[in-house]
Amino acid sequence: MFGLRALREAFRPPFEFSEILRQTHSLGWLSTPLIALSGFSVGIVMSMHTRSSLERFGAESLIPAALAIAMIKETGPLVTGLLVSGRVGAGIGAELGGMRVTEQIDALEALAVDSFKYLVVTRLIACLIALPILTTVFNFAAITGGYLAETIISGMTLDLYYQRAFSSINFVDLIPATLKTMVFGFVIATVSSYLGYTTTGGAEGVGRASTRSVVFSSILLIIVNVVLVKTILFMFPGNQG
Amino acid sequence: MKERPATIRFDSVSKSFGSRKVLDSLSLEIPRGKAYCILGRSGTGKSVTLKLMIGLLQPDSGQIYIGDRQISGMDSQDLAAVRKDMGFLFQNSALFDSISVGENVAFPLRRNGDDSEDEIREKVERTLEQLGLEKEYDKMPSELSGGMRKRAGLARVLVYEPSILLVDEPSAGLDPITSAEIDELLLNLKAENKVTLVVVTHNIPSARRIGDQLVMLRDGKIAAQGSPEDLEQSDDEFVSHFMTAQGGG
Repeated sequence: MFGLRALREAFRPPFEFSEILRQTHSLGWLSTPLIALSGFSVGIVMSMHTRSSLERFGAESLIPAALAIAMIKETGPLVTGLLVSGRVGAGIGAELGGMRVTEQIDALEALAVDSFKYLVVTRLIACLIALPILTTVFNFAAITGGYLAETIISGMTLDLYYQRAFSSINFVDLIPATLKTMVFGFVIATVSSYLGYTTTGGAEGVGRASTRSVVFSSILLIIVNVVLVKTILFMFPGNQG
Repeated sequence: MKERPATIRFDSVSKSFGSRKVLDSLSLEIPRGKAYCILGRSGTGKSVTLKLMIGLLQPDSGQIYIGDRQISGMDSQDLAAVRKDMGFLFQNSALFDSISVGENVAFPLRRNGDDSEDEIREKVERTLEQLGLEKEYDKMPSELSGGMRKRAGLARVLVYEPSILLVDEPSAGLDPITSAEIDELLLNLKAENKVTLVVVTHNIPSARRIGDQLVMLRDGKIAAQGSPEDLEQSDDEFVSHFMTAQGGG
């Protein structure tokens, strides 16, 4: 109900553009270093593991494509979602929880501001915008990390690596997998906003809201991912391989 | 100066939290331009009464009027319109801790007014200067002392010139001198701007300075109402004892 209310309120004025921009910067842009660095590291590691498996069959040339498919279709969206739920979910839960117990949310209401719209809806929209972009950053960083690992071992050129990586990627691989992260954004924003917005019990309550925001949004995100993958496979049968 | 509206009226207002009845069919009328202090032991519903007045809480039964508008059960947009003419100074100031003092004070003007940025800046600086906070414009709330936070909270309310000001424990956590300064500010507001003041306090000397009328709550009802002298001379032992227990008499 909380999430549906947030979606409904998102289409009603006033639209709080400046606060949405501020939240998109805070939740999205400031997450970029974490996402890029993580993607780069995951790309290197995945490339090394993929090499050790594929070279047994003499199929090292498939490493770029295997890595790109794994990243873009599943690893990138899921890991990005989990990383964002850790950084952003905890942040939203703690910030709104802190505002609740220090009466800042009441102060907003007393100043004739719709606190739900100002605090919850803006964060929801920021997450919906940020997640697909961060996922794209993660994928790009991972493929670049994979290239680095591969070029050190085999001396493969950048052009050849990217050509092989994207040779087996098409529209039905990229778009649904990236856009599903908007659902992850919805889950992270609504779960953590709900827990923060309804916090009780002082500093202990704030800590609890922050921890639960990460735990619940991560678990829900993993469960929702199963449903989304099944739905994507059903809607885009060409996405099987 | 704005036209002064509003009396505040409670008609048989009750409010419970779980099984605990905090207000029990409370009726109260506060005329415009007057200062009322609400007294009582901890947990007798003083802060609840203030929050009901501005619609932060809804009564279980009874009606609450601001002027001729019944606010209990009002939808959020209409309630926001009523709140634009009311101010609430929270016990711990409730400054927004992610923005500077100046931005806190500018916040209601940016949200609810149509002033230009230059006009907002000028109003904010003038209000901060009135409260002796002109050097704190760019500081964050966490850098302020308790008294400064209280004054910054007051600045955020005064900057949009509300006709009703609700104040929750203005003396809490303050030394006697700072507390007396806050009292003086509230009295000036009442005298110069004809603001209707409702102050919740435990501080009897402060209540005597500010209040035209004192209202003492007990068991969710009004135990006594009148001038400070009336309450001191009350036949009710609880009331007279409460008035003198803190050296108020």
